[in-house]
Amino acid sequence: MEIFEYNHSVSLNPDKCVGCTSCLKRCPTEAIRIRNGKAHINASRCIDCGECIRMCAHKAKKAAYDHFDSLERFKYKIALPAPSLYGQFNNLYDLDYLIEGLYKVGFDDVFEVSCAAETVTGYTRHYLMRGDIKKPVISSACPAVVRLISLRYPELCDHLLPIKSPMEIAAMEARKKALSEHPELKKEDIGIAFISPCPAKISFVKNRPADDKTEVDVVLAVSEVYFSLISAMDAGIAPEHSSDSGMIGVSWASSGGESSALFNEKYLAADGIENVIMVLDHLEDESLSELEFIELNACNGGCSGGVLSVENPYIANARLTNIRRTLPITNTVIRSKPGEGSVDVPAEYSMRHVDFIEAPPLGKTLGESLEKMAKIEKLCQRLPDHDCGSCGSPTCRAFAEDVVKGETTEDECIVNMRSLIEELARNYRADGDITTPADDNNG
Amino acid sequence: MSEPLKFHFDIDGENFTSAGEASVKVKKSLRQLGFPQDIIRRVAIAMYEGEINMVIHASGGYAEVTVYSDRIEIVLCDRGPGIKDVDLAMQAGYSTAPERIRALGFGAGMGLPNMKANSDTMVIETEIGVGTTITMTVNIA
Repeated sequence: MEIFEYNHSVSLNPDKCVGCTSCLKRCPTEAIRIRNGKAHINASRCIDCGECIRMCAHKAKKAAYDHFDSLERFKYKIALPAPSLYGQFNNLYDLDYLIEGLYKVGFDDVFEVSCAAETVTGYTRHYLMRGDIKKPVISSACPAVVRLISLRYPELCDHLLPIKSPMEIAAMEARKKALSEHPELKKEDIGIAFISPCPAKISFVKNRPADDKTEVDVVLAVSEVYFSLISAMDAGIAPEHSSDSGMIGVSWASSGGESSALFNEKYLAADGIENVIMVLDHLEDESLSELEFIELNACNGGCSGGVLSVENPYIANARLTNIRRTLPITNTVIRSKPGEGSVDVPAEYSMRHVDFIEAPPLGKTLGESLEKMAKIEKLCQRLPDHDCGSCGSPTCRAFAEDVVKGETTEDECIVNMRSLIEELARNYRADGDITTPADDNNG
Repeated sequence: MSEPLKFHFDIDGENFTSAGEASVKVKKSLRQLGFPQDIIRRVAIAMYEGEINMVIHASGGYAEVTVYSDRIEIVLCDRGPGIKDVDLAMQAGYSTAPERIRALGFGAGMGLPNMKANSDTMVIETEIGVGTTITMTVNIA
């Protein structure tokens, strides 16, 4: 297995970070610590879910997305709008206006990710018919979920749907289309920009191993193209270009969309990272074996709830329901030849197996690990179990681990420290000395 | 190794939805200790099934997991009604779980057989009206 350093896409502005515990307490993988008054993200634990960006009241955290001008180096620019982009606009009932708007802001072509999503749906239906696969199959579309599984659920890696994400398939097809329609273009002349609702997609694109490259060149944030798109969309002029999306593709933006499109009732769709973790814990205990498909989205409401989106996810999903009503069910049907069974996923659409990334154990040997674990357990007994986070670690347990690992010291626990000071003060007064520590300070 | 490492968990019998929490915690700790995945999986499944049993039949109890140099020992102890016929209870598919539990998808009669299948030794001590203690070991290869 290839080991490469994982670069998460969340960046911190130290001038804005006040060292509070908002992000620390909400990080689902306990990847954040507050050290020396500033938040630090442990890249090997971060899954890029974006919760810390969402939670930061001081706007100190940002996703490191690309900007529109990073497309200038390409002769031919292709936009890949995520289905979640469609639910962001008030009074948008006809997707053609949005597609037209993307051309107006400077793209030469638009390839809708929703169309590729319908391709994934088609192949997933066939894949589920196979008898030689591990069920329930888990959707691999949300990169935060895929990374979470690779870090924490070794047993579930084999359950991931081995089909590339709609974004990736859209990028491949968009480049092919451009090369065939414009033979004068070279591969590197084409710039493919995914318009992303979330930082997890950014990290997915930026953390590819050398032999498993992505076709996406640039990742823009929905929130960044939002305003230029609003001014580019003109209801008064009939659009020249049109959308190829079907109901199924657009549904992918909302939780439950991917699974309901499979026409198989034995599914579960969970959204919000805490719910996702709960479902994965149950799955690992083999307690959901009656299901065939599990759709998991790290964000509330599905991709519509991505932290780079503009609109509230539930409002966005309601708009999508409205938009869907006028669309055909799908424009992509994958049919097997008469007399043949299910269709295999084409090699170019197949996703590489996701391997479990084992975290290093506490010690070099089992003996050393046990010794450290015993120290952790013992220290936990001494800690207040408030999980207040003031020490800079998310829970008392995590703090104990950090102390034993040598990353912090026990006196960072302010609850125990306060008891100690109170005791000292009591003893001080009991000694008959009339001055208190406070008097000393003033004097 | 001087003193074996011991983890203690109280299993809350009131709260059905929290069943399985101890199993998740044990899994995390064993992973930090660097145990191979197969051993972690067996301990976790044995724990999970035991926890569910305690919640369904005995309104909770406690679990103790001890890591010895050659084995991991899991002790599940409850003050429930006891098991009337242990041989019958060990049969796959046999269950005395009430209907409301079966409606939740549990009570398939696979709890004890799964615990047996995932441990190297399993001893059941039970007394009607007093409670049940199950001791399982998983050898560290």
